[in-house]
Amino acid sequence: MESKNNWKGWLYLAPVIILLAVFTFYPIINTLYVSFLKDYNYLNGTSKGFTFDNYIAVLTPFSSSGGGLNSMFDKVMRTALPNTMLLTIITVPISIILSLVIAIALNSIKILKKLFQTVFFMPYVTNAIAIGMVFTVIFDTDYGIFNNIFGLDHHAWIFPSPNVPGQMVNYWSGLFAISFYIVWHSLPYKILIFLGGLQNIDAQYYDAAKIDSAPKWKTALKITVPLLSPQILYMMITSFIGAFKEYNSVIGLFGSGAGAFDKNTGPANMSTMVFFIYDQVAKNKVHYASAASIFLFLIIMLFTLIQNQVSKKRVHY
Amino acid sequence: MAKQKQNYPYAAETSGYVLALKGSDASTATKEKVDKVAHVFQLIVTYLFLALMGVIIIFPFYWMIITSLKTGEEIQQSVQTFFPHVIRWENYTEALTRLDFPVLLRNTLLVGIISTLGTLITTILAAYAFARLTFKGRDFIFMILLGSMMIPGEMMVISNYISVSRLGWTASGNYFGNFSAMIVPFWVSIFYIYLLRQNFKQIPNELYLAAKVDGKSDWEFLWKVMVPLAMPTLTTIFILKLMGAWNSYVWPNLIASGNKNIFLITNGLRETFSAADNVNDYGAQMAATVIVTVPLLLLFIFFRKYIMRGVGRAGIKG
Repeated sequence: MESKNNWKGWLYLAPVIILLAVFTFYPIINTLYVSFLKDYNYLNGTSKGFTFDNYIAVLTPFSSSGGGLNSMFDKVMRTALPNTMLLTIITVPISIILSLVIAIALNSIKILKKLFQTVFFMPYVTNAIAIGMVFTVIFDTDYGIFNNIFGLDHHAWIFPSPNVPGQMVNYWSGLFAISFYIVWHSLPYKILIFLGGLQNIDAQYYDAAKIDSAPKWKTALKITVPLLSPQILYMMITSFIGAFKEYNSVIGLFGSGAGAFDKNTGPANMSTMVFFIYDQVAKNKVHYASAASIFLFLIIMLFTLIQNQVSKKRVHY
Repeated sequence: MAKQKQNYPYAAETSGYVLALKGSDASTATKEKVDKVAHVFQLIVTYLFLALMGVIIIFPFYWMIITSLKTGEEIQQSVQTFFPHVIRWENYTEALTRLDFPVLLRNTLLVGIISTLGTLITTILAAYAFARLTFKGRDFIFMILLGSMMIPGEMMVISNYISVSRLGWTASGNYFGNFSAMIVPFWVSIFYIYLLRQNFKQIPNELYLAAKVDGKSDWEFLWKVMVPLAMPTLTTIFILKLMGAWNSYVWPNLIASGNKNIFLITNGLRETFSAADNVNDYGAQMAATVIVTVPLLLLFIFFRKYIMRGVGRAGIKG
């Protein structure tokens, strides 16, 4: 019977293995391969042989096209990478801390808990691009409700006003708007996971704290956070990876061109690493896209390993 | 102590233990009072905080809906109104025609349903193999699948685009190819295999043995016993996958490369209302975003339990 099951098992797995081989495993190897091809033409598969030029062009200013304006180097190292890094550094800690506080607050109430839970989950079941467009309207320079509420006169967050001649969008304003949106959009998932973790914490820890009459914030800091550390670590790693792959929010807020900022204030637009990759694919420069995607993969790997290493001492299982 | 004895003279005759309890009575009462006040205060702060955050979460939805009903003039008032003075339903008819909504809906449902059904079939078969069958290399393959989840999808998108282009699936006019390109690569999901495998594993082995005694084959057991028992998980997968198709942008955008006849709903939305549009357009634009958002919210209302369970499951292994 055991031997009979052997081929049977593989038969059941066959559709998945065939699909994965074609659309997952082969592409991984092929992307690595293409990233080392010079002027690769994906339609007929021809190239001018092996080279490191794609990596040199994307990562250094020393390629034949140089490191000037609109070079590959400019697009990646001076625009996409700083944008991606800043978005990650800003949105990951804010969204984790905020969702943790919300989850703890939600866990401590009884009345209206279901209603609040539903409300806080709503951004998860939305279309990132559709709601991004809503935020563009909210952050409108002339008629946006954000400027209206905070009494800001024609402050440009996403697009310059047609009524203010020569207005440019400050890079940091654009960064604020998109970070606001990303945090808003990423809260529900984190709240859900943290709430799940909180409900699994044994009530006796809190009873002990109550007997010691420890204040609530101290209970949260000394009991809840350490007991929730596996979830926090999981959340840190996944949101880190997610933030590094930010794309839809850029398209939703700034449109398919990633916007345009005042160059004196920072990078020229809000393109991210993934934005650069897809942009290059659409422009038939898959060799640059491949090199950039391998680079992105390595960064993600590195940061995940570091986080794992650091948290080994701090996470209680 | 002496003072307390005076307060409770009869207690003094009994044991010292009772006396101690009674003695601390007064301070316990005040302490309870203080605790109660602190507790109420904490509750108020908690509710205020949650309400504030709730308003921030809800506000974009609210703003989307009321802007979708406003006239161009009202949108361009210097002070924004929180409820439309004149309700303009024409924004919706305008949005529907400009989006070419029937075509977008047809394409999205076609891609969504076929890719979802395909995923369900491959997922059921694979999860069954991983959960019930024993064969050489099973655990090894499972580890490889889980490991491959860590590799960013962008790396695969590039090569898959090359592959489907070589097959001629991106050629304009080749509708069968175009839709195949949007469907076939998504017929497998490692995460859902993992999810369903966990579910299958919970089904007691006795059922399997009983089915064997009844002369049922593995195949019959899978479809007549396992699948019906795992219906909640399968529903979760169905809903989440359908929502994924509704929200997918990158891949269909690459495949369609501007051909409006094969746009999915999100591509249609983004292309129809380019970001630099003028303010007069905001009404119709927000109406279009409402049209795209409402089906998702309806799914959420009706399948809340399934969606939240499926999404929440991801964190448990953490």
